Amino acid sequence: MTGKEYRTITDVKGPLVFLNKTEPVAFGEIVTLRLSNGTIKNGQVLDTSDDLVIVQVFEGTSKIDREAGVTFMGDVFKLPVSTDLVGRILDGAGRPRDGGPEIVADQKEDIIGAAINPYSRQSPNDFIQTGVSAIDLCTSLVRGQKLPIFSASGLPHNDIALQIARQAKLKDSDEEFIVVFCAMGITAEEYNFFRSDLERTGALENAVLFVNLADDPAVERIITPRLALTAAEYLAFEKDYHVLVIYTDMTNYCDALRQIGAAREEVPGRRGYPGYMYTDLAMLYERAGLVKGKKGSITQFPILTMPGDDITHPIPDLSGYITEGQIVISRELHQQGIYPPINVLPSLSRLMGSCIGEKTTREDHKSVSDQMYAAYAQGRELRGLVAIVGEDALNERDKQLLDFSGVFEDKFLRQTRDEDRSIEETLDLCWTLMSSIDTKYLVRLDQKWIDKYHPDNKA
Amino acid sequence: MSNEGVIYRISGPVVTATGMSAAMYDVVRVGHEGLMGEVIELHGEKAVIQVYEDTSGIRPGEPVLNTQETLSVSLGPGLLTQIYDGIQRPLPTLEKEMGVFITRGVDADAFDLEKIWTFEPQVAVGDEVVGGQVIGHVQETDTIIHKIMVPPTASGTVKSIESGDFNVTQTVCVLEDGTEMQMMQKWPVRTPRPFQQKYAPDTPLVTGMRILDFLFPLAKGGAAGIPGPFGSGKTVTQQSLAKYSDAQLVVYIGCGERGNEMTEVLDEFPHLIDPNTGKPLMERTVMIANTSNMPVAAREASVYTGITIAEYFRDMGYDVALMADSTSRWAEAMREISSRLEEMPGEEGYPAYLSSRIAEFYERAGRVETLNGDDGSVTVIGAVSPPGGDISEPVSQGTLRIVKVFWGLDAGLARQRHFPAINWLNSYSLYPQSLDQWFRDNISQDFPEVRTQISGLLQIESELQEIVQLVGSDALPTDQQLTLEVARMIREFFLQQNGFHDVDAYCDIHLQYRMAKAILSFQDAAKSAMASGAQLGDVVNVPSRSDLMRGRFEKGYIDIIDSMVDTMTAEIAATVEDN
Repeated sequence: MTGKEYRTITDVKGPLVFLNKTEPVAFGEIVTLRLSNGTIKNGQVLDTSDDLVIVQVFEGTSKIDREAGVTFMGDVFKLPVSTDLVGRILDGAGRPRDGGPEIVADQKEDIIGAAINPYSRQSPNDFIQTGVSAIDLCTSLVRGQKLPIFSASGLPHNDIALQIARQAKLKDSDEEFIVVFCAMGITAEEYNFFRSDLERTGALENAVLFVNLADDPAVERIITPRLALTAAEYLAFEKDYHVLVIYTDMTNYCDALRQIGAAREEVPGRRGYPGYMYTDLAMLYERAGLVKGKKGSITQFPILTMPGDDITHPIPDLSGYITEGQIVISRELHQQGIYPPINVLPSLSRLMGSCIGEKTTREDHKSVSDQMYAAYAQGRELRGLVAIVGEDALNERDKQLLDFSGVFEDKFLRQTRDEDRSIEETLDLCWTLMSSIDTKYLVRLDQKWIDKYHPDNKA
Repeated sequence: MSNEGVIYRISGPVVTATGMSAAMYDVVRVGHEGLMGEVIELHGEKAVIQVYEDTSGIRPGEPVLNTQETLSVSLGPGLLTQIYDGIQRPLPTLEKEMGVFITRGVDADAFDLEKIWTFEPQVAVGDEVVGGQVIGHVQETDTIIHKIMVPPTASGTVKSIESGDFNVTQTVCVLEDGTEMQMMQKWPVRTPRPFQQKYAPDTPLVTGMRILDFLFPLAKGGAAGIPGPFGSGKTVTQQSLAKYSDAQLVVYIGCGERGNEMTEVLDEFPHLIDPNTGKPLMERTVMIANTSNMPVAAREASVYTGITIAEYFRDMGYDVALMADSTSRWAEAMREISSRLEEMPGEEGYPAYLSSRIAEFYERAGRVETLNGDDGSVTVIGAVSPPGGDISEPVSQGTLRIVKVFWGLDAGLARQRHFPAINWLNSYSLYPQSLDQWFRDNISQDFPEVRTQISGLLQIESELQEIVQLVGSDALPTDQQLTLEVARMIREFFLQQNGFHDVDAYCDIHLQYRMAKAILSFQDAAKSAMASGAQLGDVVNVPSRSDLMRGRFEKGYIDIIDSMVDTMTAEIAATVEDN
């Protein structure tokens, strides 16, 4: 039936086109629309029946009238994939954006992506050293993990993501990551920032970029991450690459989802977002991991900006329920001039336990991480108390912890944008900083590590 | 009308068929690929179907076949150690059939139909048997005897009974009326399996987690809800329960959760030993894994698949524990389907029948007299994932209305790395009254009183903390400072438990009692020492107390704890003379 053109549009509403009296059209089928001025637009079938077909138009419905011709392409949306993708820049619908030739396909892959059989997955346990102390010590990243950055507008999440992309490597290994970068509704300025940084460091040759900018059609954003992940899956599971997927900004993606839901007059869930947003997000985030018998892996770094810095907003909330932890960026630390302003207290890596220790990082990692975290948490809490009763009311232990919280932020968190600390450097730094606290208050450290690593004993 | 119709409309997982005779909850095969679905609504000639597999590429006009059966699970030897998706297809078989990615249109038997089991008859020719009666035994794993039962709907006189090696589809027993029985039977998932009567629970489900067993015990046959925001440890708690609780069988449902988490369970369980029997944990476990990106309709079905399997083992007279992680994902699946049906929504877009579905599900828990006259139970523990951690939302509220035990996970505690992060101030259990007799008989006569003292101290602490926030702890009188110290000991020594530590992860109930007593001994010793003039600082810092507290990480702690307490009380008494 491909090739037959219908002129049966009845309604156009937001990003949706409604038409009737067609041949049987498949759910999810790809559609092209030819406008009377010759413009071609693309879309996808959202609902199909004998009487009525609903098409979601990626490029927006501007200039579509009832005379527009609609052709059903007989297939669901597929991305042509091959290793030629590496080094290319594509737009949000998978067309070349860099002036280069069309991708010569080895094969075409359905962009929806099938779920990985949980039985076929392999547990991730390779520690990735990012060179960022706060992440390596407290929220250790594992190859195959999905670890989002929860940020907010005006914070340097892009710098952090790029620094991680530049520095991420397996400890004692030169194996590099292929970066798949997926931009959804970010500004041209932000995009240029990413691209020039990748260009400067030579990483662009090892990257695939899918770019949908703020002035590109919003509905296209629904497919952009799916294209990126389809490319990532091909590179990881067919071509044995280790792939790092960075996508930004998930908030724009969710807003596009809400836009379509509203146009379909669906019953909204919280804050107007569709009730199926959890499932929808899971279909993206879950496309990370390792599978048995394949060498490659997909590690995901989604970036989302929390509206109003609110971590209970549906977007960070649903993401947090799916992803394996989160890195939370703090406005307060940023305003104190600390980079990277990572608040380790609400940050978490669920897979950390499987990747740290004697065999992978260092034997004292867990113990040091717990102690640094606990001491900082107590120190931060004491700041509140000091504001009421004054510093003089504190006992010796509390005074030391209070001072430590400042040192933690200033010496441990703070590092420059190109400072790449090895995990050993990070751990040694921790021991130096913790030596400002009397050993008897360091209750979470094992005695044997104190004997071995504490500066007093090392000398 | 015939059994065959055609597709009229497709909207995501919801498909409408016309021209087919259908009844509610009939299982149908959709499209040329024969995707499995279930009729969930009838509109005149049209039948609305929820499809358990991805529907992209399916067109109107493709055929729909009504199987006229309801969604059922296969029950029989071979269930244990299996890992299923939401509609009882074994994941290892799916891997074999379609590789690492789950595609569609593949059918798989729930277990190996050819495998030979040794059937030992328990009835003789001429015996009268009724539905649910045990007619034979099969040693399924080292620990579990699989009892073959007469299907609940059948009864009569045994005409012939076999003995020896058979597969699950061969007839092992024939009744006078011609009814043939195999070791495998089927049961519709949405119908609770029958029993004679429900009993009041009187035995605790011992979990090895101190805060649960000691302060908020759950009864065998009871139901518990664990709500908590992300990162507060719901899954770790559920997994600990699956590992260490003293149920004879465990059904673990991973409903709409993370793929890697399920993999961790699948990797870990075969290597873990059940502390109650000394056998591999997998031998008593059935797992259902429907991760968040697997089809949403199968997620809706997964909890029913799980509880039906649990009820089947209950009917053999076993104590079964079922963990559902997370029931919120199940509720969301209902919401998603409901919105595709364009139903009028209730609160937050959830269907109006949400709370009755939740109640029906939890009501399938219980301690019962089985049709065979045995005592069996299903204990249900459901995790809830409230958006933003706010439990005023419909799923949490619907759950709390029906369950008798509430283990409230707390983000603040998790952030302080206090695990399990169960808030002792707002959690509750309504079972202590019915369980106290068991604790008195089996642990110690004063068990309930010790519990009251411990929880009382925690209550007082929370009141004192409010004052401390304002004036600092030094401003309190020494007896209250001591109370704070004792409460801190309860929190750090008793309530905190390291779920990943070899020894600490499981704490014997007798040891729990002695640890609680040790805390009270400290309090008494400190009080009397201070009454004779000892300093609080000296009392608190006796070295034997930290030895006592650290001891819980060592094996054989239960053998030495009493003597450690004696040493501690002696040292505390000695602080009087130092002054």
